[in-house]
Amino acid sequence: MDFLVFQIPALTAQAILDGVLLGILFALIAYGMALQWGVMNIINIAQGELVIMGGYIAYFMYQAGIHPAWGIFVSPVIMFFVGVIIYKLVINKVVDRDMFISILATFGISILMMQLMNFGFGSDVVVAQSDFGTTMLFNNSVTLPNSKIFSAVVSILCAIVLTIYMKKSKLGRAIRATAQNARAAKILGVDTEKVYASTFGINAALCGVAGALVAITFTLHPYVGLPYTVRSFMIVIVAGLGNLPGVAISGMSLGVFEEFADYLLGTEFRIATVFFLLVLILLYRRFKLAKKREYLK
Amino acid sequence: MKKLYRSILSFVSVLALVFSFGTANAKVEGDTIVLGAAVSLTGKYSTNGEHTKNGYDLAVKRINDMGGVKVGGKSYKFKVIYYDDESNSKRAAQLAERLIKQDGVKYMLGPYSSGLTKAIAPVTEENKVPMVEANGASRSLFTKGYKYLFAVLSPANQYLEVAIDLAVEKNGGKPVRIAQAFEQDAFSQDVRIGVMEAAERTKSKIVIDDKLPKELNDMAATLAKVKAVKPDVLVVSGHSKGALTAIRQISEMKVDVPMLAMTHCDASKLAAQHGDKSEFALCASQWHKTLTYKDKFFGDGMKYDADFTKAYGYAPPYQAAESSAALLVYKDAFERANSFDTKKVRDALAKTEMQTFYGNIKFGSGGQNTAKPMVLFQVMCKSGKCENVVVAPTKWAAAELIHPIPPWSKR
Repeated sequence: MDFLVFQIPALTAQAILDGVLLGILFALIAYGMALQWGVMNIINIAQGELVIMGGYIAYFMYQAGIHPAWGIFVSPVIMFFVGVIIYKLVINKVVDRDMFISILATFGISILMMQLMNFGFGSDVVVAQSDFGTTMLFNNSVTLPNSKIFSAVVSILCAIVLTIYMKKSKLGRAIRATAQNARAAKILGVDTEKVYASTFGINAALCGVAGALVAITFTLHPYVGLPYTVRSFMIVIVAGLGNLPGVAISGMSLGVFEEFADYLLGTEFRIATVFFLLVLILLYRRFKLAKKREYLK
Repeated sequence: MKKLYRSILSFVSVLALVFSFGTANAKVEGDTIVLGAAVSLTGKYSTNGEHTKNGYDLAVKRINDMGGVKVGGKSYKFKVIYYDDESNSKRAAQLAERLIKQDGVKYMLGPYSSGLTKAIAPVTEENKVPMVEANGASRSLFTKGYKYLFAVLSPANQYLEVAIDLAVEKNGGKPVRIAQAFEQDAFSQDVRIGVMEAAERTKSKIVIDDKLPKELNDMAATLAKVKAVKPDVLVVSGHSKGALTAIRQISEMKVDVPMLAMTHCDASKLAAQHGDKSEFALCASQWHKTLTYKDKFFGDGMKYDADFTKAYGYAPPYQAAESSAALLVYKDAFERANSFDTKKVRDALAKTEMQTFYGNIKFGSGGQNTAKPMVLFQVMCKSGKCENVVVAPTKWAAAELIHPIPPWSKR
């Protein structure tokens, strides 16, 4: 155990702020996952790959001389169609099946996407430069890359827009109705097939935005999607489905938790602690469920 | 029934005949010496796999054009059978079996990466097939007592030792405080062993010792600690991803450290991707085009650089140069053995002592190259254009090391 993080106040502040900013970005990806999990009952293992593909769109814009931050507008549009195509080709065949089948199907999609990206974009690790600069706090002892702040702001804006869209628009209402009861929604004239396709598209579009943000904050290569899938899965498990504030809070807490685990236990235990926390929460959930008595009549 | 039995028997014997011809002829077909290699043409190592293959191909063409290999007074040409190992070690081992057992290959070239070389080495060893490899630097390859494995490159633990010595030298011979972050993979952990040994030798102190998980793309916590602890030297090794992440976050978090030493700068195209943000970074390299080693096939490093660029359209990273050197080693060994007997070729390989454009080559008892030091280059930028300039060891230095790195407030 290394308690350096608590001995130097600037380090504590740095850890909390880094964690929160990281967590907000993960929350955006998790929100997409929660949405389509809630509506279609599908756990999307390919979530991380959708993010990385979105990131590559921003990277190619950067290569073409366009500032990669514009990717937050271009990437979601392209990724929406990618999402709809994936739905039409694969997901619609597994949507009302067992959850295990959907996990297998999306796992397959994830491998396919990794290999396609590797084939198309090469296996090099790439970065897109935003040149946004740095914010210095507390007499330069805490430094926050502006690209991370930009990512957090964009993620929050995205979440707000999506919440309003879900409440006010026709499609948003149809999505919520389908999530509550797909059969009833169908009887009342909701085209559930279209709703499913749009939901998967919206999820992919959110991943597109997140990908563009990842491209300017971290690094990209075809095989780096898994950590994004794992973390968004974790956030959704903690927050529960259809709970946007929950996703945001759980995302930020996970970010801070990870940072502190890194400082206290060492970087090598960072991902391990996330999994450990996942197990603890699942056990707690099980314990709570066991207390609630239910009888089959 | 008898007829059926007879036809099966004749079918099997024809098959056996075909196979026996296959193995007898495959090692040397007419005037061609057939080498086998499993390289990563797809999967996560595909870029470096391609550099490896291009390096092999360029040397094969050059040797063949310049008269080939002379054995027993006759001239032979090289030919390489390639298979794609998909960057997967299990697949690489299967393909090595296939090359040896089905294709009858008697001489192997190495794959890309320490991991895949580790998977193939037991297969070549068991079949007593010599393998000259150019892209597996992990120290554990050379401590297993393999007799048929020869590596033209320096082992991984030597990568950043030079940097620690340099830091101590710049500190007036006094011990330094080292912060280190290494990925948890065979190669980077070997690099770490080298740094630890250098630290012990110079009585330097390790103040931060982080192990980066393979999935990690965020080093903010490590760098925040570096800012707080203020070490004399920061050492990072985590393949291309580690190098790119480190430079991105060091520049964004404005981390000031007098010396920054890394691996994989040229594989990650660090200077091209990060521009002047990567300036002053010290990078360990197996080879650099400005080194003045010479041979009669490629001339020197600069000529190799020009020839490779002409043939493939990009400047050769050291992964390509060392792969080309592997072929030069084979040619030399075949001619000295003056035979195609694998045992004799192996013995000739073990006695190799030569200079190539890539460096001096002499194999130690474990098969590692003991004659070639690692070089350190520093990224230096002039009006937006960044270059890798060799600064250590002093013998090869093309410029003076810039030390300490100026603080971010003055850059």
